[in-house]
Amino acid sequence: MALELRKVTKKVGIHTYIKPTSLVLEPGQFNVLLGKTGSGKTSLIKLMAGLDPLASGQIIMNGKDISSVSTQKRNISLVHQFFVNYPHMTVFDNIASPLRVAGMARSEIEGRVEEAADILQLRPFLNRRPHQLSGGQQQRCALARAIAKNSDAVFLDEPLANLDYKLREELREQLPELFAGRGAVVVYATSEPEEALLLGGKTGLIDDGRVTQFGPTSEIYRTPSNLASARVFSNPPINCAQIKKKGHLISMGEVAKWPVNEQTKDLVDGDYLIAIRPYYVRPEMSDQRNVVLKGLVKVTELSGSESSAHFEMEDETWVSLAHGVHNFEIGTEHKFYMDISKCFYFGLDGQIAGG
Amino acid sequence: MAKISLSHLKHSYEPNPKGPEDYALKEINLDWQDGGAYALLGPSGCGKSTLLNIISGLLIPSEGKILFDDRDVTALSPDQRNIAQVFQFPVIYDTMTVYDNLAFPLRNRGVDETTVKRRVSDIAAMLEVEDILARRASGLSPDNKQKISMGRGLVRDDVNVVMFDEPLTVIDPHLKWKLRSKLKELHHRVNATMIYVTHDQTEALTFADRVVVMDEGQVVQIGTPVELFERPEHTFVGHFIGSPGMNIIPCLVEDGAAKFLDQFIDLEGPIKTGGSANCEIGIRPEFVSFGESTLRGTVMKVSDIGRHKVVEVMLGEYKIASIVEDIAPQRGENIGVVFQKSQTRIYRDGWLATEKAS
Repeated sequence: MALELRKVTKKVGIHTYIKPTSLVLEPGQFNVLLGKTGSGKTSLIKLMAGLDPLASGQIIMNGKDISSVSTQKRNISLVHQFFVNYPHMTVFDNIASPLRVAGMARSEIEGRVEEAADILQLRPFLNRRPHQLSGGQQQRCALARAIAKNSDAVFLDEPLANLDYKLREELREQLPELFAGRGAVVVYATSEPEEALLLGGKTGLIDDGRVTQFGPTSEIYRTPSNLASARVFSNPPINCAQIKKKGHLISMGEVAKWPVNEQTKDLVDGDYLIAIRPYYVRPEMSDQRNVVLKGLVKVTELSGSESSAHFEMEDETWVSLAHGVHNFEIGTEHKFYMDISKCFYFGLDGQIAGG
Repeated sequence: MAKISLSHLKHSYEPNPKGPEDYALKEINLDWQDGGAYALLGPSGCGKSTLLNIISGLLIPSEGKILFDDRDVTALSPDQRNIAQVFQFPVIYDTMTVYDNLAFPLRNRGVDETTVKRRVSDIAAMLEVEDILARRASGLSPDNKQKISMGRGLVRDDVNVVMFDEPLTVIDPHLKWKLRSKLKELHHRVNATMIYVTHDQTEALTFADRVVVMDEGQVVQIGTPVELFERPEHTFVGHFIGSPGMNIIPCLVEDGAAKFLDQFIDLEGPIKTGGSANCEIGIRPEFVSFGESTLRGTVMKVSDIGRHKVVEVMLGEYKIASIVEDIAPQRGENIGVVFQKSQTRIYRDGWLATEKAS
C-alpha cells in the first residue's frame, strides 16, 4: 500500500508548475508537504488526486498505474482550506454523500456515518445544516466525510488555515489519531513549519515546484541538505550570511571571525553561506561555543514567553529569539551570541557543505 | 492622533435585549492612550469585530459612549471620525499605480500635490517600496499588496486612529514576520494610535504594548504581553495565550491550602477567601519540570517542535503539558512532576484567586 510518484511534471502552456518529482508516500503516518504559498503544494495534490493532467511521469497506487484513471475512480478524499459542505444537506447527509454515490447499502451507510461522527464529535449535530455549525465543526464535517469514505488516499490541503489559532491547535492534535490505523495514505499540505513538526511523520519540502528534500520530519529539520530546504523549514526565517574559510579561520565580512571546528576543518578554502536558526542567536552568552556578533537593533518583539530582536550587521538583517524577557533599546548596538555548533554550511550553489 | 475611551459600552443585535446573553458586547470600559500600540485578541465570535465596527462608526452601540480625546463621537458617521482602517484582504485599486494608490486617501481629502508627494515618498521609504511606485498594483505579490494597503492606512497624519483587522491572516508565515516587524517599526516612527484586531496570540503579543483579551463579549484582561503570559487573571487567558496553553487542573481548597490527587501543592502566595468551591490550579507548561517529586505520572507523548519539546504526562486522569529545552523523558516512563512554586496559582470560578508572593 503506497502512493508513488514517478517523475511527474505539470505544465500549463510554456510554464512548468511542477518540475520532475518522484516520491513514495506510505500509509501509517502523515506525509506533510511544506512550502510557501505558490510553491506547488496544491498543484502536486491536484496531480495526485487526478484533478489535473500530468505533463509527464506516472502515478502508482498500490502497484497499479493510475495516471490516467479519473478522480471519481481513484477512491480518494480531498479536504480543502475552505470548508466544503453541501449547504442544503444535513451533516448526516453530507458525511453520507460519497457512500451513497458509491451505492452502499443503507444500513452500512448509517454505521459508517455514525462511526465518523463519533470520532469527530459531531454526533449531536447530525441533523443540522452546515451553516448552523461553527467553522471548526464545519471543517470536522468535511473531515468526517473523508473518514467515512475509507479512501485509499486522503489529501488535506491546509485544512486548518481558516480556523482560529486555538481551534487549530486542538484539531491538529487530533488529526494524526483520526487517521491512525485506517490504512490510508494521508497527505497534508501546510505553509507552517511548526505544523509540520507537530504532525510528525514524514515531510517533503517544496520550493518553486520542486521537492527539495523528503524524509522523517524531525530528521530533515535537523539536517537540511540544501539552503532552500533550510529556508522552507524555518519560522521565523533562518538567518543567512556569506562567509569565507581560509586556513584555520572563518570570517563573516568584518562582523566576526572564528576558528574552524570539527564541522568545518575539512572544508576547502573559499566562500560559503551559513544559516542559523534565530533560537541559536541569543542576547546572552550560553557557553563557550559562541561567536559574538554586534548588530544595530531595528525592531524588538516580546511575546510574553519569548523576546526577539531584529538587528542589522553590514548587509544582513538577522533575528535573535530567546526564551524569557529581554529588553533592547531600538537604534542601539547590541551584542548577540551565535552558537556555532548549530550552524549549517552551504556552498554558493546552495548544497550542504559541512556536517 | 487621539486618546480613545469606551464608556459603559454595550451592544446587542436584538431589538429588545433582556439578559446578558442577548448582548454581543457586555459592558466595556477602557481607555486607549494617544500614540499607543494596542491589540484586541480573542476567538471568533468573542465580540472583537463588533467592537471594531463600533469604534469605526459602522455600528451604533445600543448603550454607552465612544470618546475621542473626551469628545463624544458615538453618533458620528465613519467619515466624520477621521480614522484609517486596514483589512484582512488588501484593499487597493488594481488599475492604479502604487504611487496613486498611496496618494488616494490624501487626494480624496483635497490635500495639495506637493504635500501628497512628500507624504507618499515618506511612507514609501518606510515600507521600502520606492522602487515599485510607478508599477501598476495589479501585478504585485500578495505581501506587497498588503504593504500598500497598510501604507494607505498610514499615509494621512491627521487620523485619530489606525485600525488593523486581521491584516496578516492571509500572508505566509515567513512574510508575516517581515510585515509584522515593518508595522512595529512604523509605529515606532509615526507614533500613531494603532489598534490591531486578531485571533492570533503571536501577532497580538508581538505587535502591541498592551493587549485587550476578549471572550464572549467581555474583556477578560488588559495587560502587557508579559503580564498576560505570567499572571493570567482568568483561565481563559491562560488557555488562549501560550502554546500549549496553561495547564488547568481541578483541586480541593481546604483551610487555605490546595490539594491535588490528595497531595498539598505549593502555591505562589496565599489563597484569597471566597465562597465557591469550584477551584482549579493553573500552571504554564514552561514552569513544569521533571525530578524529585511525590507527584508521579506517566509520559504519554513527546513532540519535538525543533526549538523545544512538548511532553505530555498523565497525573491520575489529568493531562499535564511540559516544555523542556534539552533532554526529554521517554514515552511510557514514570516520573516525578515538579510545579515551580512561584508560577503555581489558584483560579476560583475561572478567576485568579492567589495573591502574589510578597
